[in-house]
Amino acid sequence: MCGIVGLLVKNQKMRADIGKLMLPMLIGMTERGPDSAGLAIFGAPVADDERKFCLYTPDVVFDWQKLERDFAAHFGTKDKVEQNANHVILKTTVASDSVKAWLKEAYPRLSLLCVGQLMDMYKDTGTPAQVAARYGFQNLSGSHLVGHTRMATESAVTPAHAHPFTAGEDWCLVHNGSLSNPNSIRRMLEHEGIGFETDNDTEAACRFLEWRMREGDDLKTALNKGFDELDGFFTLLMGTKDQLALVRDPFACKPAIVAEHDDYVAIASEYRSLAHLPDVKNANLYEPMPEELYIWKV
Amino acid sequence: MESLDLHKISVRELNQYLHKELPNKNGVKKLEILNPDGMHSIAAGMDAPVDIDIKGHGGYYVGGMNKHANITVHGNVGWGVAENMMSGTVRVKGFASSAAGATGRGGTLIIEGDTSLRCGISMKGIDIVVGGSIGNFSGFMAQAGRMVICGDAGDGLGDSMYEAVFYVRGKIKSLGADAQEEPMTDADYAAVKELLGRAGFKHDPKEFKRVAGAKKLYNWNADANQEY
Repeated sequence: MCGIVGLLVKNQKMRADIGKLMLPMLIGMTERGPDSAGLAIFGAPVADDERKFCLYTPDVVFDWQKLERDFAAHFGTKDKVEQNANHVILKTTVASDSVKAWLKEAYPRLSLLCVGQLMDMYKDTGTPAQVAARYGFQNLSGSHLVGHTRMATESAVTPAHAHPFTAGEDWCLVHNGSLSNPNSIRRMLEHEGIGFETDNDTEAACRFLEWRMREGDDLKTALNKGFDELDGFFTLLMGTKDQLALVRDPFACKPAIVAEHDDYVAIASEYRSLAHLPDVKNANLYEPMPEELYIWKV
Repeated sequence: MESLDLHKISVRELNQYLHKELPNKNGVKKLEILNPDGMHSIAAGMDAPVDIDIKGHGGYYVGGMNKHANITVHGNVGWGVAENMMSGTVRVKGFASSAAGATGRGGTLIIEGDTSLRCGISMKGIDIVVGGSIGNFSGFMAQAGRMVICGDAGDGLGDSMYEAVFYVRGKIKSLGADAQEEPMTDADYAAVKELLGRAGFKHDPKEFKRVAGAKKLYNWNADANQEY
């Protein structure tokens, strides 16, 4: 199974409350995905020359201040880290490759969840309500987000295997479904020099699409190539710095419903995650068609 | 009229009431269910002649396995509405998601809007009337019963169908294996008229075409070389 949710808030005044609007959406998908949950949210951008690095520690007690001191000592900067439970966000002007190399060397137990200028990412094991409470999802603000509740069917239950998945910067993907050829996709991409962090099938789809877009395809072209290459069932919801995009496999094996309202666009696997949204009775409700790309711009 | 609010009771409590207490009560012939909010299995397993109005959008399996009840959903429904229905009526005022009326054995399923994929899959005697269009792979392995589609049909309509009959008013994107268009007879026009009347849709039966199984799949054909 698995549940997906997406929310794009058009009404500027409501963006401060996007976390509160989203929380019942994510919890509404608990039966579809009780073992892990995750969220990628697009908020205020950092400065042009800065990047945000979202990091995860598996350790119950972790000395983030030491990380801050070590980072400052190594790079000679005064960058700060913001801690939130097992996550930390590091904002720095140091080049991404240097930061990634240093983290791998000095803090091998930390996982790098995402890099970008607008996107923060959270993912962890536990019920959606537990994960949301751990990281204070209800306090988040931003323009748009994608969320996921996971019922693992093909790989382990760990924070790294939870969705969203990301590759590149300010781009992420959540997936409801299963792929039957993730290993052949992986082998193909590994020949292109692309590395993998997990054995999760969604990571293969994520890296495939990011690779195509890095090679110059736009999202539509990349997804059309995805229809040729990805074998299996999928409803994919993607977030970029200024849009949400959704696509379903040719058999529409996995559900999705959209509510378009003057104030927001909300997407979920099922209507029960949309029922609480303000004035949803006046929203345009519809099911996305199979093999069609839907894009909503911020 | 009795009113049951799903903000106050659970679906399990609702269905236990509908199954166990309601049939023994005198007088209750009509009830409404408030705040369905996309919850699953609302009024599934009914076995009593009662009118039920669901005021809002239902989730999966609304009115599943229905026997005798007349259920109206004043909104949309998720997957598998009226799946395996035995008798009675389920009417959806909005649209229905995938597998509407799947495996249904009897009764009438009316969907005023569109349905998604696999409508009437493996139907076994149910009558389905769709006011809008139906998605791909509808009527797959349909064994018995009738389906009237006032709009268009998607890809692979009636793939591997048996004795069921479909009447389509709009365009058919493609027919599935062994499904074929056939001439309408007087009995077909009468059947469409009667089913449209049941649903309250006003179309001319002359606008419909008949789709049924060519029955070439009934026996194994070793020479077909897996090409059907």
